[in-house]
Amino acid sequence: MFYRENGQFKTSYRADQQIFPIAQDRWAVLLIIAAAFFVVPLLGSDYMFRAIFIPFLIMALAALGVNILVGYCGQISLGSGAFMAVGAYAAFNFFVRVPGMPLLLALILGGLCSSAFGIVFGLPSLRVKGLYLAVATLAAQFFSDWMFLRIKWFTNDSPSGSVSVSGLQVLGFEIESPTSKYILCLSILVVLALMAKNLVRSAIGREWMAIRDMDVAAAVIGIRPMYAKLSAFAVSSFIVGVAGALWGFVYLGAWEPAAFSVDLSFKLLFMVIIGGMGSIMGSFFGAAFIVILPIALNQFLPVLGGLFGVVISTSGISHAELIIFGALIVWFLIVEPHGLARLWSLSKQKLRLWPFPH
Amino acid sequence: MAGMLYSLVALGFVLIYKASGVFNFAQGAMVLFAALTMARFAEWIPRWTGVTNPIAANAAAFIVAAAMMFVVAWIIERLVLRHLVNQEGTTLLMATLGISYFLDGMGQTIFGSDIYKIDIGMPKEPIMAFENLFQGGILINKEDLYAALIAAVLVAALSLFFQKTATGRALRAVADDHQAAQSIGIPLNRIWVIVWCVAGVVALVAGMIWGSKLGVQFSLTTVALRALPVVILGGLTSVPGAIIGGLIIGVGEKLSEVFLGPYVGGGIEIWFAYVLALVFLLFRPQGLFGEKIIDRV
Repeated sequence: MFYRENGQFKTSYRADQQIFPIAQDRWAVLLIIAAAFFVVPLLGSDYMFRAIFIPFLIMALAALGVNILVGYCGQISLGSGAFMAVGAYAAFNFFVRVPGMPLLLALILGGLCSSAFGIVFGLPSLRVKGLYLAVATLAAQFFSDWMFLRIKWFTNDSPSGSVSVSGLQVLGFEIESPTSKYILCLSILVVLALMAKNLVRSAIGREWMAIRDMDVAAAVIGIRPMYAKLSAFAVSSFIVGVAGALWGFVYLGAWEPAAFSVDLSFKLLFMVIIGGMGSIMGSFFGAAFIVILPIALNQFLPVLGGLFGVVISTSGISHAELIIFGALIVWFLIVEPHGLARLWSLSKQKLRLWPFPH
Repeated sequence: MAGMLYSLVALGFVLIYKASGVFNFAQGAMVLFAALTMARFAEWIPRWTGVTNPIAANAAAFIVAAAMMFVVAWIIERLVLRHLVNQEGTTLLMATLGISYFLDGMGQTIFGSDIYKIDIGMPKEPIMAFENLFQGGILINKEDLYAALIAAVLVAALSLFFQKTATGRALRAVADDHQAAQSIGIPLNRIWVIVWCVAGVVALVAGMIWGSKLGVQFSLTTVALRALPVVILGGLTSVPGAIIGGLIIGVGEKLSEVFLGPYVGGGIEIWFAYVLALVFLLFRPQGLFGEKIIDRV
């Protein structure tokens, strides 16, 4: 009734090509962004920021990056944790070693280093694909695990590879309180998400999708596989690298190589699957789901156990978390292989007709 | 000798990939699950039944664990694979990732998450070999020798099973072409259950040997990650490839650690195998013994 595009006429190509062609969508998204910037900081508690909002924003950013590679270009990657690690450690090195380095510049440089790393480990994608590529990207993961643990130069000669940063500020603002961290992450996320959205609907995004759908056919119609695949790796690992740097700098503050283990890579992949492959919106859904699920289970399981008179230990909870996690992933793959984003677009379709059935 | 054990885990990957085109990421979790079952039942059975003979208890535990793996295989086929027929390879890969999380959690919930030991009475004292060939000889762990023997027997039995029995032929037919196999009346679902069972038993044997070497603990799942380059090196569809790849990786890891390790700070075992496989992929994408990959539009 309220959600339909009747009467919204497009009089120019520009109007026809905009990101949200339906006015209601545009307003809703703008409202959500405005609320995220102005209302949430007023309402949220410190715990909410630390446990939910900041990890959610950073993970959404990382999932966005992974989605470009896996969802849009079809190059399955299990090395996202490594790209995050490279981003974090590179940004750390720039930040600590260069005096007076601004935080934002360090983050961007970290992303660029991660980008270079991604291109190197993306090279096998020119020869292999699918499962073989998944294993090849695992090489990146194990290599980075080792690199940051053993090569002391990267970690500023700290013995266990653990590093920490302090005194963050952006353009003169101190990034200390949870609210300021939240605003920083949110701003970076909004900018990069807009960039990603524009990339995937431009010529290069269409090249990625052609490669994803059938790389031989794409090569035949004149898309350069090397350029398309490596650019996907570069863009994806740039975004993932920035997310990794934020994860280290803003969320963790002090971290060691184990923070970016292969588990993180799997989690990012799950976010993309659960959220929906090949969908920017899906990355947000997936990240929200995976960030909130463990917290919800932590709160919920002891209560549930209490109802049946069973005391569930902490290790029991973490095991139950694994079980539920695994079951949910399988369930999602069976019931809705296109993820939450697909459910979202289905419900939008329904909403357009509501309250009529046809 | 670690190579032989990698081969065993890699074998599990290859079996399932050959028969169903699924890259089974849950193999590591299956190894852990099987080993946990075995370890716990070997402990429980004497307590419940009063059987004190360790061999009998171990044999009983092995049978229980094998039965458990059958059940797991059946449940996986019923609840997961059946619904994902004709999906893309990557979807199935993710599904097995989900299964692996599930099995990790389930195994530790049922059987506890401490370190258990499996004692199947493998002798531990080392022996010297080739002493008459050159001075000093080579120090070989008897345990490793037995492990290699078990692996060899297992491989021989499997290849007999694949080549000589009707079920084995059906398995190979399914591996070649799902649709063709189905159209000549091979029940796809039953074949999948069988193949997952076989992979489960292979996982059990691998878990048993690793478990008696290192103790049964969560880190067993990482063994599967170590075995992945083996599969890539040997080729995803080749049983001999898994064995030879395992040996190459096992030896390569140790040699690289000894000869290259000191220059770059040590600990390179973990990624050396991957980089080896990666370089290998660049030149021969289908692996040593894999079938040629042909692209059709």
